[in-house]
Amino acid sequence: MTPLVSPLALFFASIFTSNILLANFLGMCSFISISRDFNSSRGLGLAVTVVLSVTSIVNWFVLKYILIPFDLLYLRFIVFIIVIAAVVQILEMIIERISQNLYMTLGIFLPLITVNCAILGVVLFIDIRNYSLVQTFFYGVGSGLGWWLAIVLLAAIREKVDKAPVPAGLKGIGITLITIGFMAMAFVGFSGMINVQ
Amino acid sequence: MISYLTAPVIVASLSGILAALITVIDRIVNNYGEVQININSGKRIIPVKGGNNLLLSLSENKIYLPSACGGRGSCGACKAKVVSDAGPLLPTEMPYLSRQEIDGRIRLSCQVKVKSDIDIEVPEELFNIKRFSGVVERITDLTHDIKEVFIKFDDDTIDFSAGQYAQLEVPPYAKIKESTQRAYSISSNPSLKNGIEFIIRLVPAGIVTTYVHNFLKIGEKVKAVGPFGDFEIRQTEATMVWVAGGSGMAPFKSMIYDLKEKNATGRPIWYFFGARSLKDLFYLEEMKNIEKEFPDFHFIPALSEPLPEDNWKGETGLITDVLRKYMKNEIGNAKEREGYLCGSPGMIDACVNVMTSEGIAQDKIYYDKFA
Repeated sequence: MTPLVSPLALFFASIFTSNILLANFLGMCSFISISRDFNSSRGLGLAVTVVLSVTSIVNWFVLKYILIPFDLLYLRFIVFIIVIAAVVQILEMIIERISQNLYMTLGIFLPLITVNCAILGVVLFIDIRNYSLVQTFFYGVGSGLGWWLAIVLLAAIREKVDKAPVPAGLKGIGITLITIGFMAMAFVGFSGMINVQ
Repeated sequence: MISYLTAPVIVASLSGILAALITVIDRIVNNYGEVQININSGKRIIPVKGGNNLLLSLSENKIYLPSACGGRGSCGACKAKVVSDAGPLLPTEMPYLSRQEIDGRIRLSCQVKVKSDIDIEVPEELFNIKRFSGVVERITDLTHDIKEVFIKFDDDTIDFSAGQYAQLEVPPYAKIKESTQRAYSISSNPSLKNGIEFIIRLVPAGIVTTYVHNFLKIGEKVKAVGPFGDFEIRQTEATMVWVAGGSGMAPFKSMIYDLKEKNATGRPIWYFFGARSLKDLFYLEEMKNIEKEFPDFHFIPALSEPLPEDNWKGETGLITDVLRKYMKNEIGNAKEREGYLCGSPGMIDACVNVMTSEGIAQDKIYYDKFA
């Protein structure tokens, strides 16, 4: 437990050294399926960032002011999911009303995100690592941006891979998983620069 | 002592608060007030509550666009032209729209939300479309796997032209959890307005056909929406070549009785009806009788695999071969010809090929494919 990590370090750490996707492998399902298309990846990445920023803060308050005082930590999984689902629902309604264009780029992905494990994972890390509100904010936003970076990178790589002569047996998910493995190794190169665990 | 209540109470109140919050925000955010749908540039203007999809808003005002899936965006039938700006095309609509349709501002009405005043264009006939409720008055076995069902409306009348179809709705049954609609050609005479008749062949694993064949009873209440479609006789002098198989008899039955009633059978009609063996043929007598009455109507049933006991004296072979034979000889001299087909997609494609290769222009061939 390192509650003394500066929020700024945490912010960059969550993007690079402990990228939620490539270091913790959370949120893989949409990572693999959506990265097929570059524009969708951008939209989904943006949506994950927005949702993560909002839900991590909301869930921090739920954690500190409801779950811990009432000794209900054993219910945190279900409570966090309920909160995430509700927040996503509200965000979707508001975005749809505010801007049709924003809804098209970001809103249509929101329902996918409710069940994205990266969102729940971040909240659980916040609990385990006992982050303060400021840390939570930077960690939430950073993880979102990290997720965004990773999926956009993968989508770009996949566009190249699509044109490459991939062996028949590896086409599709096979080569994608191998690509993700290489990306994860590349991100491991960042580790040791900042340690936040 | 009541500590075991804390957890449920807290989780329940948290969920309750969130649900209330969503409801309140929904009320505020999704309140678009009353908006107007302007149909066919002012022909009809209907006020609706904003926020619902176009298909639902229209059907609440008794204007029924064709829809087989009930607005889930999985059938692509509820197309309508949206003239005013109704937001960008959604990814859910893309698969059902061709390039021309997108350029022509066609949208899937179940995916378009009515948030502000909207101008749309729909075919004029749609105003005719109603949702009928009625009771099953008669179920007849035409063959071993084809039934004819007559539904008498409670207190409504239908206006349709021979060849159009309607959607029959059956209730949930067995493993099917929701009521299901499927489209069938109307086989009754247009002059009979207080009910409609369908000819329905049992399709293996078909939701509605299985219900009709195994569960539907006389006296049962059912619903139908219609009429739809533009499969009807064109008003020309051309010789008509009709081709049908199985329950594809339905629209032609309606057409020939309609022509008979209007005494308008002056145009030569060649009606080819394909079946496997004698047990798949029906309405043989009726068609022969019409043939006697009207010398210009020719009914040519063809069996592809007649059984020895059928004692079949008529045409034998695939419907395409029989059609080609007649097109080369008897029908070959007609100046103008039009093709009308109703049946399985395979049969239609094959017969359209025969017709075009025998010189009927593609745009003079009309058909209703059973999809």
